[in-house]
Amino acid sequence: MIYFPILLPLVLSILSIFAWNSLRTQRVLAITGSFVLLLINFQVFLQVQQTGILHAQVGNWPAPFGITLVIDRLSAILLLTGSLVIFLAAIFSLSGIDSERARWGYFPLFHFLIVGVNGAFCSGDLFNLYVWFEVMLMASFVLMVLGSERRQLEGGLKYVILNLLSSILFLSAIGLTYHFTGSLNLAQLTINMRVISSQGIALLIAVLFLVGFGIKAAIFPFFFWLPASYHTPPITITALFSGLLTKVGVYALIRVFSLLFASQMEFLQPFLLILAGLTMVIGVLGAAAQTDFRRLLSFHIISQIGYLFLGFALFTKASLAAAIYFMVHVIFAKMALFFVAGLIEKKCGSFDLRRLGGLYRNSPILSIFFLIPALALAGIPPLSGFFAKLLLLLETIRLQKYGITIIALLVSLLTLFSMTKIWNEVFWKPPLEEGIKSPQTNHLTSPISMWIPIITLGLIVVLMGIFADPLINLTNAAAGSLLQPQTYIEAILGAGK
Amino acid sequence: MTLLLAVTAGILFATGLYMMLRRSLVKILIGLLLLSYAVNLLLFSSGKLTPGKPPIISFTGASIITANYADPVPQVLILTAIVISFGLTAFAVVLILKAHQTIGVDDLDQLRATDVLSEEDHTRELDLEEIDHCESEGDE
Repeated sequence: MIYFPILLPLVLSILSIFAWNSLRTQRVLAITGSFVLLLINFQVFLQVQQTGILHAQVGNWPAPFGITLVIDRLSAILLLTGSLVIFLAAIFSLSGIDSERARWGYFPLFHFLIVGVNGAFCSGDLFNLYVWFEVMLMASFVLMVLGSERRQLEGGLKYVILNLLSSILFLSAIGLTYHFTGSLNLAQLTINMRVISSQGIALLIAVLFLVGFGIKAAIFPFFFWLPASYHTPPITITALFSGLLTKVGVYALIRVFSLLFASQMEFLQPFLLILAGLTMVIGVLGAAAQTDFRRLLSFHIISQIGYLFLGFALFTKASLAAAIYFMVHVIFAKMALFFVAGLIEKKCGSFDLRRLGGLYRNSPILSIFFLIPALALAGIPPLSGFFAKLLLLLETIRLQKYGITIIALLVSLLTLFSMTKIWNEVFWKPPLEEGIKSPQTNHLTSPISMWIPIITLGLIVVLMGIFADPLINLTNAAAGSLLQPQTYIEAILGAGK
Repeated sequence: MTLLLAVTAGILFATGLYMMLRRSLVKILIGLLLLSYAVNLLLFSSGKLTPGKPPIISFTGASIITANYADPVPQVLILTAIVISFGLTAFAVVLILKAHQTIGVDDLDQLRATDVLSEEDHTRELDLEEIDHCESEGDE
């Protein structure tokens, strides 16, 4: 069971390569395959809820020596969320990806990306985590520049160079970890890190991991690749990246730090809080200056990562639970907004806010489905974002970190401001001035395959708000098991360790 | 030997970083290569160098390892890391070549189109592109 989330997309990818000349086959494979993946991950999720942790030893090598695959509550939640948005992205790419790009291998790369993402969520071994990161990065590099437009190549260069640098830092952290502890298995490392004699060395390794994952997660001083590159590929690819890639970085941070560096967190916390605050503020300020739909949303990704990072930095059960809930919420809400941007581009031929207008009159339903995720992102009750932010802020108040509470609230306000900016420009502004693109009925193409993901995500965001309580119980359980690594260790290495 | 490796890795890190800070794309590529060599050396020395010993433990004796043996794990790690960095470097070379052909500059300071706030003529050019693409999609 545990192998399927990785194997299925791998098989799909290979099959898609064999069906290179038949786009129809590739599309059918993508839709049915990602639906099956969704069912499998749902099954995995249910199993994990019953048993706590699923694990397997690849090639039957016993635990600290072989490669371990682990799915615990956090991984299961993210796998399920991931496969749901992957399914929706597969539907969206039916019309969101032009046939030229689809002919040059979009679908095989799409599946390869998922192999990497799912592998990273399942890995219980540090070096194996690095390998999955590389699989994911490689696929994302090619997806980023697929089509070879000038802007894509330029954005791709920045994306590739900085991400390679982060891989190098990650790899050196792994080398140092192995040198000082003699293991790469996360469960074994949890034990071995406790006996590391020098506090300074543990901190050095922790900071190397922090920078390595921080670049991938796009936190404050390392985020520059994201706004420089995310707006260049087609919107389906941007949406997929925004939903999955940076979140894998945050996941890796939470996983590695909760297992390996729990005792270093106290020392690091003031720095992490500053980084979280700056990530939020600079992300949202960057967004406020933008006039391009995709660039604006790209900056918002950074700002939301700041909230996730805040939950990670506080490092209590409640804050981690809030961060996990926030992560699920932001994956849905952000992808919904990107999909809406894609549909608007399809209708009107532009992402430029200044050139759009009059969409409220033209399509009230689309306006509503823009407004739902936009307000959720800003944190308006009763949508999902409200509970995510409420939990996080309550925890900052409980820990008496009032400074960061105020910053987070101000950033919410600015988020609302930039969402209303989109609303005013795109939906309320009167159309049909010279030079402003407005939807014309003969040019109006709004395929059903774009509507399905938008409506589904909109409904999910509402439902996540309504059923917040059971969902928060789930994330609470996940956060609880993160902070008690003993069960994780016992499940993998056997009892008595 | 460990000292030699440490110094070499340090020099490689320093030169790699220096090259990464240059403006020319090719120099950045060389910097990335040097950095990945530096990391490989770091990984190599992470297993505590043990010359002249087998990388295997016999199962006949006690379960605790008493004999001095060479650690095989770092070599496995390097092998994987080399293969991965080979693939990534190949991709980076092709990307830089393609970017140079398309954009026509090799200077990072001139690669600013995706960072600056969109200017008027730039957007217009983009818009036409998007619309063409939109219509061709609609015809299908």
